[in-house]
Amino acid sequence: MNNVKGFLKEYAIGAFLLLIIVIMSILKPTIFLTVGNFVNILDQVAINGILTVGILFVMLAQGIDLSVGGMMAFSGVVGAKIITVFGIPYPLAVIVVLIICVLVGCLQGYIIVNTGIFPMIGTLAMMGVLGGAAYVISKGQYIIFPDNMDISFLGQGRIGGLIPVSVLVLLIVLVVASIVLNKTFFGRYFYLVGSNSEAARLSGIQTKLVQIVSYGISGLFASFAGIIYMSRLGSGSAQIYTGGWEMSCLTAAVIGGVSLMGGEGKVIKAFIGVLIIGVLTTSMIMLGIDAYAQKIVTGIVFLAAVCFDGISKQMATNAKMKIEEPAKQAG
Amino acid sequence: MINTAPVDYYETVKSMGTILEVKNVVKTYPGVIALNNVSLDIQQGEIHALIGENGAGKSTIIKTITGAIAPDDGEITISGKSYKSLTPQISRAEGIEAVYQEFNLAGSLTVAENIFIGQKLGKGPIFNLETLFAKAKEVLSMYDVDINPAEKVRDLTIARMQLVEIAKAVARNAKLLILDEPTAPLTDNEVSTLFSIIKKLNADGVTIIYISHRLEEIFELTDRVTVMRDGQTVGTDHTKNLNKEKLIEMMVGRTLQEAFPQRNINYGAELLELKNVSGNGVDDISFKLREGEIIGLAGLVGAGRTELARIIFGADKKESGEIFVRGEKVDIDSPAIAIKHGIGFLTEDRKAQGVLLSVSVKWNTTISVLRRISGALGFINSAKEKRITNDLTNSLSIKTPSIEQLVKNLSGGNQQKVALAKWMASDSKILIFDEPTRGIDVGAKHEIYLLINALAEKGVGIIIISSEMEEILGVSDRLIVLHEGKIAGRLEKNEFSQVNVLKLASGELDKDKEAV
Repeated sequence: MNNVKGFLKEYAIGAFLLLIIVIMSILKPTIFLTVGNFVNILDQVAINGILTVGILFVMLAQGIDLSVGGMMAFSGVVGAKIITVFGIPYPLAVIVVLIICVLVGCLQGYIIVNTGIFPMIGTLAMMGVLGGAAYVISKGQYIIFPDNMDISFLGQGRIGGLIPVSVLVLLIVLVVASIVLNKTFFGRYFYLVGSNSEAARLSGIQTKLVQIVSYGISGLFASFAGIIYMSRLGSGSAQIYTGGWEMSCLTAAVIGGVSLMGGEGKVIKAFIGVLIIGVLTTSMIMLGIDAYAQKIVTGIVFLAAVCFDGISKQMATNAKMKIEEPAKQAG
Repeated sequence: MINTAPVDYYETVKSMGTILEVKNVVKTYPGVIALNNVSLDIQQGEIHALIGENGAGKSTIIKTITGAIAPDDGEITISGKSYKSLTPQISRAEGIEAVYQEFNLAGSLTVAENIFIGQKLGKGPIFNLETLFAKAKEVLSMYDVDINPAEKVRDLTIARMQLVEIAKAVARNAKLLILDEPTAPLTDNEVSTLFSIIKKLNADGVTIIYISHRLEEIFELTDRVTVMRDGQTVGTDHTKNLNKEKLIEMMVGRTLQEAFPQRNINYGAELLELKNVSGNGVDDISFKLREGEIIGLAGLVGAGRTELARIIFGADKKESGEIFVRGEKVDIDSPAIAIKHGIGFLTEDRKAQGVLLSVSVKWNTTISVLRRISGALGFINSAKEKRITNDLTNSLSIKTPSIEQLVKNLSGGNQQKVALAKWMASDSKILIFDEPTRGIDVGAKHEIYLLINALAEKGVGIIIISSEMEEILGVSDRLIVLHEGKIAGRLEKNEFSQVNVLKLASGELDKDKEAV
């Protein structure tokens, strides 16, 4: 019975994704079941995917990051500003922006960890601060690049005319994050701290530092996503911070089995969560469901995922009570 | 009565019929028979001990009686009424109450509110807090318990929280009270208070099922004993017909070697020195620890033993004083630094601080050496990690199906060994054991003592904290007794006695004779 449950938990979301794809393939075989459509979906989820990987690090270490949308807007605007006003070359500007955002992320983490405020509240405040800063820096305008400058490669470029550059970037991010989390001591620390931070501290792990760095990593990925988005828009804009990014990547993470209590989550499964949302959104558009109704559906999916997380936690607690005795016997 | 021995006090006064009878109860879980045809009878008015090693089935039988689980087969008879299985509601209606090791209290509510939680007092939806306090006071004073009913439960000591739990059961008119290892977190003074309350409850007609790992208590308190092993009842007898050796034999199914094994004492160089260390509730502590030495830190709960350990380990900060490791002055302001200096700390609260329950044996074992077994790019050398874990799992004989098993699925004794494996992996030269055998069964305790000895023989310097008098006297080479954060005295092996320790620990005698 345990095996069945484990199997379900392991593959349920993959099966769910497949189910949506199969249903849509039957309903709209001509437009859904095409290579172009799947490439499109990947292209659309690229930014969400990168954001979700960042938020995964934070959630593993028992935090949460609602500031990712603000960070995206901030990074795009700052990037566009330093390129257009100070004339810093594009690649260098990208590096500068990434560094700034990592530092801002770490600062956010430092405040949260050292004051003990709820991460949800701290990052909510930071979302406002960063979004506001983006507005102030851009004066609420689109920061447009000069005509002779092409920054479209990251966001709009296609390799061989088919594979979007942003999808390639996403793949690299997924692979690197997987390797870091699964193979390095540094990645293991996030799981250990998230699983029991006091026990981890008493085992010599600098838990506060790990948590601070997790926000820095989230800042890194969010700013990276911001740079790609800037390239897609062809301009820096503060408005994008209201795009509900934090909601969609949180939804994706939770659907993908990342625990809200920390210590549990896998890159691949979180990404399947991202894909589910992407496929669902595309499907709803194809089925002609209007934008507001779409919001209801994604909201319900999020709620369902959170409930599932809660219920499975409860079941685990009850099951623990039951297995306690036999386990002791076996031990 | 089954026993036809000569009529004595218990049989004349205490046999007023069977209050509870469990008959041929079976409970299986996938792959394991937790209860195998268990039968048990509890007589009205007796104090009945239930003992057995961890995993013997005590908790399962208790859960059956309180209705938390339903047995697969068998019959439970309470005051003449038979049931196939119980629910918590039926059990409570029959007057059965249990006080578990993990308390069931609402910390942010007052003592009075906790005592009457779930009970309807008076008419109507509104109740008067003053009346509630008065009623609580009444219950508490019946047993001479001096707790302010208006105090918040979270501000109480463990011992007092336990008394609130008992008061809660009393307020519900418990006829049968189950106490699951009530003395595990208590100091000797608190234990004697608890015992007098249990005796008074019993005199007032409350039948008691008493579960404990401490065998002395069984003889002091109980009328009859039932021993369980491997999901079966091994036997029930009058306590006065038994002795400790006999009980242990029944529990483990074999005769145990001497309780505290001997070791070869061979002291080496000085490892650790504290000079006038103060802070975190301890005051002016000085002592030295040598290679191969086992120092016991004795004292009552709250005397500052754990607080001192946490300072040495860098878990809390000291305010003044100096700490030297191998003669070198060190500044330990975090556990990470302490570990670098070769210090390890087995915490008192194993589940919350000692091990990470939801990760594997392997991850727990290597947690402190992860960086050391990783390459330049941060990649963990997984072959090395497996080898270290396998070696330690074997040498500590940790019983686990695999090193990938989650630690929460291991028994208490094996969890403790995993915590120890962590410090052995990081090659600790100074090890602090805080209540190393709490909640661990007799067999596993013995193994832990052997491991402590083996470490000392290898030259590790050990500091051990224990509330169990026998344990700390049996294991240590010398004792430092703390009282209210200060060293009240030091005892060499030839001065070891329960009386000497208690005198110092209670502050009756102050003889810090060895000025360092």
